[in-house]
Amino acid sequence: MTARVITITSGKGGVGKTTGVANLGVSLALEGKRVVVLDADIGLRNLDVVMGLENRIVYDIVDVVEGNCRLQQALIRDKRVPQLYLLPAAQTRDKTAVSPDQMVDLCQELRHDRDIVLIDSPAGIEQGFRNAIAGADETVIITTPDVAAVRDADRIIGLIEAAEKGTPKLIVNRIKPKMVRRGDMLSTEDVIEILAIELLGVIPEDEKIIVSTNKGVPVTLDGQSRSGLAFRNIAKRILGEDVPFMIIDQEPSLLDRAMRLVGRR
Amino acid sequence: MPEKGWPVGFLDRLFKREPPSKEIAKERLQLVLVHDRQPLSPKLLQTIKDDIIVVISKHVDIDRENTKIKLTRGRGRQKLIADIPIRSPRRRR
Ligand SMILES: Nc1ncnc2c1ncn2[C@@H]1O[C@H](COP(=O)(O)OP(=O)(O)OP(=O)(O)O)[C@@H](O)[C@H]1O
Ligand SMILES: [Mg+2]
Repeated sequence: MTARVITITSGKGGVGKTTGVANLGVSLALEGKRVVVLDADIGLRNLDVVMGLENRIVYDIVDVVEGNCRLQQALIRDKRVPQLYLLPAAQTRDKTAVSPDQMVDLCQELRHDRDIVLIDSPAGIEQGFRNAIAGADETVIITTPDVAAVRDADRIIGLIEAAEKGTPKLIVNRIKPKMVRRGDMLSTEDVIEILAIELLGVIPEDEKIIVSTNKGVPVTLDGQSRSGLAFRNIAKRILGEDVPFMIIDQEPSLLDRAMRLVGRR
Repeated sequence: MPEKGWPVGFLDRLFKREPPSKEIAKERLQLVLVHDRQPLSPKLLQTIKDDIIVVISKHVDIDRENTKIKLTRGRGRQKLIADIPIRSPRRRR
């Protein structure tokens, strides 16, 4: 059996790629899959701290590519879940330390005896992004519901299609239901209409994500939460399960709109 | 837009209030994306058109004034469509 390689990317920075990869990695492992999460953000590594594995790094992706160590030596096992491994990025090198061809080879090697390889892409459209999609079978775009992030997402969709990587699926992150009801935030529906790609899931804005990141415990492993549930559902959808979408943001109703006009909301 | 927006638009106009900010965001996004999605500049399109006219004219008499070349938009593969009317022989002198 060989793994599916899935890259999570965004265009705009800071929209939740690393948080997404950490939590989907955990969720997929909780579903019983053999998972590797790969940090392709060379020079700005973050996935290790978000997952709380920063103290266990010995080797990194550049060491593997340059042959300073074997792949197995660089993989860090997350002991909190069965079968989840992290391949960390290098911190003291830059994006050019690895080429797209080397990424393809690395992904080929990672595929063996695994089910899912998740790649955390850097922001932007430069070589780091090119590296991150080079070995991918599938791609996922994550965006927040604001004009800048959605615009950049559209650009990235075009680049992914031009690279013949198919059409990515969409995750909308940091939805604030109250603002959507007020008509002051793009709804998931609006974002889908604009980007015209298939929805994979919606993550609400959730303070628990910040708290869990402070602790280095992905929110999916940190008790009950709306965002944790949302990540678990997305993992199931990735595995082909037909999980209904959580209704977290609703378009303003006629009543909401009327109330707004009378100045009550 | 219009299909969902009409009650807002109507009531907003009635009460002389700004539409909800997300409607403004959506409209601005849709406009800016029309631009972003255009891979060829109008200038480049004109150059392509001129080149096509030169090549085709070598073989057949075409109506240069009414020759059009346009880019079809939208998701997926984009296409260049050329509309090149051929002058009918009987209108020739
Ligand atoms: N749903 C959410 N609710 C609250 N905070 C969130 C949510 N998603 C992400 N964040 C916070 O937003 C910040 C950026 O997230 P993250 O680092 O995952 O983004 P990124 O896309 O990987 O950024 P970069 O482009 O810099 O790599 C973090 O502080 C994270 O905790
Ligand atoms: Mg990141």
